[in-house]
Amino acid sequence: MIDFLLQHPILSALTALGVLALAFGALLGFAAVKFKVEGDPIVDQIDALLPQTQCGQCGHPGCRPYAQSISEGEAINKCPPGGQSTINEIANLLDVEAPTLDEEHGEESDVPNVAYIREDECIGCTKCIQACPMDAILGAAKQMHTVIADECTGCDLCVEPCPVDCIDMIPVETTLATWKWQAPDASHIIASDRTGAAA
Amino acid sequence: MTEFFVILISTILVNNIVLVQFLGLCPFMGVSNKLETAIGMGGATTFVLTLAAISSYIVNTYVLTPLGLEYLKTIAFILVIAVVVQFTKMFIEKTSPLLYRVLGVFLPLITTNCAVLGIALQNTAKAHNFVQSSLYGFGAALGFSLVLVLFSAMRERLAVADVPVPFKGAAIGMITAGLMSLAFMGFSGLV
Repeated sequence: MIDFLLQHPILSALTALGVLALAFGALLGFAAVKFKVEGDPIVDQIDALLPQTQCGQCGHPGCRPYAQSISEGEAINKCPPGGQSTINEIANLLDVEAPTLDEEHGEESDVPNVAYIREDECIGCTKCIQACPMDAILGAAKQMHTVIADECTGCDLCVEPCPVDCIDMIPVETTLATWKWQAPDASHIIASDRTGAAA
Repeated sequence: MTEFFVILISTILVNNIVLVQFLGLCPFMGVSNKLETAIGMGGATTFVLTLAAISSYIVNTYVLTPLGLEYLKTIAFILVIAVVVQFTKMFIEKTSPLLYRVLGVFLPLITTNCAVLGIALQNTAKAHNFVQSSLYGFGAALGFSLVLVLFSAMRERLAVADVPVPFKGAAIGMITAGLMSLAFMGFSGLV
């Protein structure tokens, strides 16, 4: 076999390259099976950073679909509940510049809101229940509905469908359990800033 | 033992693949904007270069030479390198998705990094044996990573430095690379 190949240089060249290509192809095929990536791990990492309000303000049915399309190149500034801090974290993860929040999809509210149903006005139409992504509204047809405040993420989605406009978004009140000291004002921490402000 | 040490020193410093032989300049200029990316690229290139040097030595010694096909070594080595890079790509995608994303297009571009083919061809030209070949590849890759990391650290400083307007961006990067190359020329005569 070797002698035959040595006497026919073109054949030996073709055979050698062909066998090499076959061997490497088999190796890559094996590696493709061995190192198969289940799903897209980057999607999981983005999904973990999103606030999981499932509010749909980004134009996707939930946080995971939005994480999926971010990994496919969509803008990362469409999440009002997460606000600027979430945008910064995702930008850090993806190693891109952090854009500011896209106002088209809603504004970031300074205080967390919770939905409140004025119960004597509620006609029991169940439309807000269907709109709620968190199943945070309790009620049945022709029965009064109410919001489970602990489950509500303040996403505003139930306000629009209500035919009698009996849902308010009210800021979450600070209680003894949730009260915290105010963060120090950054402009007063550095001595030179303080003198600059005085002058 | 001394011989191995000499090979390492000469590939890392004296005959540095980037700054003295001017091979692999594309990733050197392209992936040196951030230190972390440069370290990732250095690691990936080290892996590929060493593996490519070893496998091209094996292909050359056990397939091409016995059949008298040395004239095919360039195309055969390109095949070997492409396979090694593809393998590395799959491996990194599985083990470190973040590095995979950061390296992006530069990972497949290691295929066309002339340093990899250059090392494989130099190995055959210098008639290195197996250990010498792998050390030569590993040393060259270490040298590549070293200057890539040093250069990216300097470029991070340059990004905030007060550079005259005509020299901003890539221009000052080129000048810096030239000065680094001059400095590395100073190592000649060390071995």
